[in-house]
Amino acid sequence: MDRCHDSIPARAGVSLKPKHYATVLEHVPAVGFFEVHAENYMGAGGPPHRYLTAIRERYPLSLHGVGLSIGADRPLDRAHLARLRQLIDWYEPGLFSEHLAWSTHGAVFLDDLLPLPYTAATLRCVVRHIDQVQETLGRQMLLENPATYVAFADSAFEEGEFIAQIVRRTGCALLLDINNVHVACTNQRWDPERYLDAYPLAHVREIHLAGHSCIEDDAGRPLLIDSHDGPVCPPVWDLYARALEQLGGVPTLIEWDAKLPTWSQLEREAARSAAMLDAQAARNSGTAVSAATRFIGPPGETGPQGETGRRMSVAIG
Amino acid sequence: MSAVRERLRLADQQRAFAAAVLDPALPAPDGVVDPAGRTCPKRFGVYRNNVIAGLIEALQDSFPAVCRLLGEQYFRAMARLFVTAHPPRSPVLLEYGGGFPEFIAAFEPTATLPYLAEVAHIERAWLEAYHAAEAPSFDQAALRTLGTMVPERVGELRFTLHPSLRVVRCRYPALTIWRMNVADGVPGAVDLAAGGEDVLVVRPGADVEVRALPAGGARLLAALGNGRCLSEAVRIALPRCAPDELSMHLAGLLRSGAFTAAEAGTAAGAAGAHSAAHPRLHQVRRRGSRA
Repeated sequence: MDRCHDSIPARAGVSLKPKHYATVLEHVPAVGFFEVHAENYMGAGGPPHRYLTAIRERYPLSLHGVGLSIGADRPLDRAHLARLRQLIDWYEPGLFSEHLAWSTHGAVFLDDLLPLPYTAATLRCVVRHIDQVQETLGRQMLLENPATYVAFADSAFEEGEFIAQIVRRTGCALLLDINNVHVACTNQRWDPERYLDAYPLAHVREIHLAGHSCIEDDAGRPLLIDSHDGPVCPPVWDLYARALEQLGGVPTLIEWDAKLPTWSQLEREAARSAAMLDAQAARNSGTAVSAATRFIGPPGETGPQGETGRRMSVAIG
Repeated sequence: MSAVRERLRLADQQRAFAAAVLDPALPAPDGVVDPAGRTCPKRFGVYRNNVIAGLIEALQDSFPAVCRLLGEQYFRAMARLFVTAHPPRSPVLLEYGGGFPEFIAAFEPTATLPYLAEVAHIERAWLEAYHAAEAPSFDQAALRTLGTMVPERVGELRFTLHPSLRVVRCRYPALTIWRMNVADGVPGAVDLAAGGEDVLVVRPGADVEVRALPAGGARLLAALGNGRCLSEAVRIALPRCAPDELSMHLAGLLRSGAFTAAEAGTAAGAAGAHSAAHPRLHQVRRRGSRA
């Protein structure tokens, strides 16, 4: 295969869902890259691997872990690290990312990204674990900033400073989730522009954009929930534009994990991000951007039309 | 504060946080506050809801027929009891719910639906087959070789079962009920006294296949799976089996992709209808070589 597909281009990608496997293989749409949750591909075999193998042959892939529990005050799960390593060997993703969060305690896995107090002890714990991840996987990982709903009385760092310290001590890179910035800033009553000013933007290698929902908190004020169940909202697009001004082009993922959209809805969201990336690229190169900015496919040919469903010939084993 | 004490504090905080997430009767842990520094049970409740609702949804996705039989509201109430009593032990959630069929079997309020746990066992077997390791089934060439073998040698064959193969033995017509309640199945009257069904679940290729086994088929597969050669397995499972009945069994199993290999005799390198190599687990075809 064409090895240039292995690194993730500074273009718009989307999270890959089983609902869209057949469409993607049939039409080979012009998407910059796909991203999957690592844990969804940790079965021994089966259709998920068959489809992902076929899609990986046509697109760059980013691997996003949601279960490593880097912030837990317990040793990292070596079996889980080994599973990640195996997936990375199989699929050779251009990027691997995980979260500044925890989700395991004792033997129990709590299926959520739980928040951390920003203290010196947490910093040491997270740094130790990221060192171990990068050593075991033999590559740099990206760390994602969290969407949070509570604060901790004993936090001693601001989030941006805490993340900057992690980067300084581990050499990891960052996945900037701009929806999480908006959600956390609303919920914690931080100023998002100041947040981005304090955030170590120079280390950002990927951006996430997603939708959120809104409920009321204990005081009757809006509390945003990082639900990934709808389109990206206007303040998040605005923050994205602001981040791009400083970052230039960065691979940008549209995350949509619940109340899944049709493929064309998802494509529209990605096209909007792609247009903003193109406009930024044009500004950077000093040329005017065409009004017909479009969502361009991988360089070169788009690859053979994929067989779909049961007739797919891609085999495992 | 010393580093050790700080560290203990993080462990304590996470222990209290985890306990309160799983038990709604517990208050939000100390030190968890809103931006104004006040306690915030509603904010904390977002985490509790994310965890519990997420796990309930995972079960709902894995047990669609059980959900349809009970109705969504009832199913979710029952699933809530399961997830709080048996939270996952692994971050690989596609494996979650292995104990759910047994939980249903022991769940007093649904004791009037004795087939429900059996339907759950079929759904669990389906999910396991879906994610099971890949292995090539017996191919046509191997089948032809088998056809040319003298009958005595056929009896010496030992079969390797496909890694996705599962057998669910039911005391009720659970397969019939399952079929009526998945995909576009249409529920209808079922005679619960009609007797049990043995169910074969296997995924030889891209699709999971579910079919009823004829009488004795489950015992035959169990004996073959325990490494018995064909003639021994038949003696154990189908003692009064007529030759045409046996060939019907074998033909059905071969067609359904139940086997990946057959070997004659026990000696190393024995000749026979050895087909593809033994299934190699966890192996995925690599794309190209590293440039």
